[in-house]
Amino acid sequence: MRAALQLAQSGYKTAVISKVFPTRSHTVSAQGGITCAIASADPQDDWRWHMYDTVKGSDYIGDQDAIEYMCSVGPEAIFELEHMGLPFSRTEEGRIYQRPFGGQSKNFGEGGQAARTCAAADRTGHALLHTLYQNNIKNETVFFNEWFAVDLVKNQDGAVVGVIAICIETGETVYVKSKATVFATGGAGRIYASTTNAHINTGDGLGMALRAGVPAQDMEMWQFHPTGIYGAGTLVTEGCRGEGGYLVNKDGERFMERYAPNAKDLAGRDVVARSMVLEILEGRGCGPNGDHVKLKLDHLGEEVLESRLPGICELSRTFAHVDPVKEPIPVVPTCHYMMGGIPTNVHGQALTVDAQGSDAVIPGLYACGEVACVSVHGANRLGGNSLLDLVVFGRASGLFIEKSLREGIELRDASQTDIEAAGARLEALNAREQGEQVSPLRHELQEIMQNHFGVFRTGEFMREGIAKLADLRERVENVALADRSNAFNTSRIECLELQNLFETAEATAVVAEARDESRGAHAREDFTERDDENWLCHSLYQSEGKQVSKRSVNFTPQTVETFQPMARSY
Amino acid sequence: MLQVSLYRYNPETDEAPYMQDFSVDTGDRDLMVLDVLELIKADLDGSVTYRRSCREGVCGSDGLNMNGKNGLACITPLSESVKGGKLVIRPLPGLPVIRDLVVDMSLFYAQYEKVQPYLQNPTPAPAIERLQSPEERAQLDGLYECILCACCSTSCPSFWWNPDRFVGPAGLLQAYRFLADSRDTATEDRLAKLDDPFSVFRCHGIQNCVNVCPKGLNPTKAIGHIRTMLLNRAT
Repeated sequence: MRAALQLAQSGYKTAVISKVFPTRSHTVSAQGGITCAIASADPQDDWRWHMYDTVKGSDYIGDQDAIEYMCSVGPEAIFELEHMGLPFSRTEEGRIYQRPFGGQSKNFGEGGQAARTCAAADRTGHALLHTLYQNNIKNETVFFNEWFAVDLVKNQDGAVVGVIAICIETGETVYVKSKATVFATGGAGRIYASTTNAHINTGDGLGMALRAGVPAQDMEMWQFHPTGIYGAGTLVTEGCRGEGGYLVNKDGERFMERYAPNAKDLAGRDVVARSMVLEILEGRGCGPNGDHVKLKLDHLGEEVLESRLPGICELSRTFAHVDPVKEPIPVVPTCHYMMGGIPTNVHGQALTVDAQGSDAVIPGLYACGEVACVSVHGANRLGGNSLLDLVVFGRASGLFIEKSLREGIELRDASQTDIEAAGARLEALNAREQGEQVSPLRHELQEIMQNHFGVFRTGEFMREGIAKLADLRERVENVALADRSNAFNTSRIECLELQNLFETAEATAVVAEARDESRGAHAREDFTERDDENWLCHSLYQSEGKQVSKRSVNFTPQTVETFQPMARSY
Repeated sequence: MLQVSLYRYNPETDEAPYMQDFSVDTGDRDLMVLDVLELIKADLDGSVTYRRSCREGVCGSDGLNMNGKNGLACITPLSESVKGGKLVIRPLPGLPVIRDLVVDMSLFYAQYEKVQPYLQNPTPAPAIERLQSPEERAQLDGLYECILCACCSTSCPSFWWNPDRFVGPAGLLQAYRFLADSRDTATEDRLAKLDDPFSVFRCHGIQNCVNVCPKGLNPTKAIGHIRTMLLNRAT
């Protein structure tokens, strides 16, 4: 939406294809905020400190040129959002309110906890998404709402020249021709049984990319958010801990003091999630089954909770039947964010590697936000960095495409055969008479991923999971429609989404097994140490032949010195 | 077993809408209504059609009429909606039905767009943010949180009668969200566009909107503020 806004403002014909009305996308669920050194809470704050934290948080496989770009351009992008009307919370001075978030420090880790996460109460994603939609209305962007992109159309030169899309309301299927196709399709948390993600987070961009021969990068890196509500999976923002909340085990002990003596509950998310699982495994979990821990907030007082965390109070009462003003919230690490995705450069251009192993731009295709892996998050994303990522690189993609269009983009038209090739999957689904139903297949996929590729992983167990996925592939490819209507057929969409989920899941599984080290969110019980000699690099996955290769991490920022890999502790 | 009666209509095959009954095994759990719909779609009838996305009450996709009251299926527990062991689920009232529980929201969105729901301030922006005091910002609380689910407007008799001319509670809540924003300079223009017998003044203070809003917002109060601004402007 940020990319669309940039292009609509430039006067170029811009259309957004969205499978839901735009304000119903998953960004709406982001709560705590958008991290950026705008120097409101601390006038001395410096984007280089934010960069240091992000590099460290990534466990050193975030690309330093991209992180440098995000952190340094960030303030401009935040102020633009404020000028567009985003209703940020405010300080007494009238500036944007910033709260502490996990993994954020002052002075390159030497100056203690930083408050750098800009917030609109605990509804920052909602405020951001609505503001962007509103400004797209203002700039007359064309919206194809409740249209679903099925597959990429490539011309004879391998350039992307648009997508096949289906109108959900009528079933009409068209080829949307474009000089620049930007994926902002979000994550795929629904590959897991337990996730904070919306139903619609089905990895549609990943599925389309992998089928078109575009590689995926760092797909083993999935973030498990420490505080998903036990049972329901809905997210409780890290901002709760930023405001002073903390985790307790069944003995009421604030256990993070043992695992991260300095940052405690505001250590990196991977660190906190693993500590929680260890508490549970060692018998200190809460509840009759000892399978969760609790987030204590009541000591903050009703006034702070109702003004800073009103949405959390609401969610907790609805989904945990617990009033956080009085009792702690039962929480458990829950699949939350895909650090991996389509590799891109800082302009959002999708990349592949050529025969010599060098980066090569895929003409016509761009990606930004969660579907992209630019990579600013590396092996572990810091809270508040996802909203910054999507705004900064949505904007960067728009700016770059605008410039390219001015200079002139010449791509050869797709032939009828190219278009038919892209429509083949949908055609096959529509023609298929027999096959299994979507719901049990999806359930099976989610259980495999949950059981074999969770917070802690082992080679043997992952290989079992990969074998199960291999058996599942043909069944997923042959999923059958329960409903053949053309009128708002959500069953058809769910079948297409299932195939996207599967591509994403298989990429995750294969690469997770291949990376035989522990780094960031990827924790191997059989390889517990970080292995910089062999794995200080991105993984790259091609679906054809299920090939895994390595790609270098960028260690050459332009204006600051390289942050050298160090042992990571909080 | 929970008895569920669902509104069904497929324009390709049905001449008229009808109600279909399902028996759903909830395992005696206090599920959300959306969970029940998911069970029906997964296990009983894959053709049942509805919208859903976030499943936590923030995206506004699954506004429905449950036992006569509008609300979001994903945050409405059975304990609050089932009456006499039965749950009747219908689409939001007053809008054209596309299929089953999916309504055509074009008119609703058109009214939203009509109020120019974006900040207007032609003065050059500063290098940092525009300053706003916490008190000024507090004026937006209870307004900006709207999720455009349409529960309010589709429970409003005035909107049922004049969906093309009465902006409706959701649109007016957003109109006031920008009128109340200390950073917005288009107040006069905004009020001029609303100053006719229908846009605002068709609100008769019935307060169905307040009663159903799943986010606990109060459109009637916002409409009252707009009325006062319009009346002050006239004098």
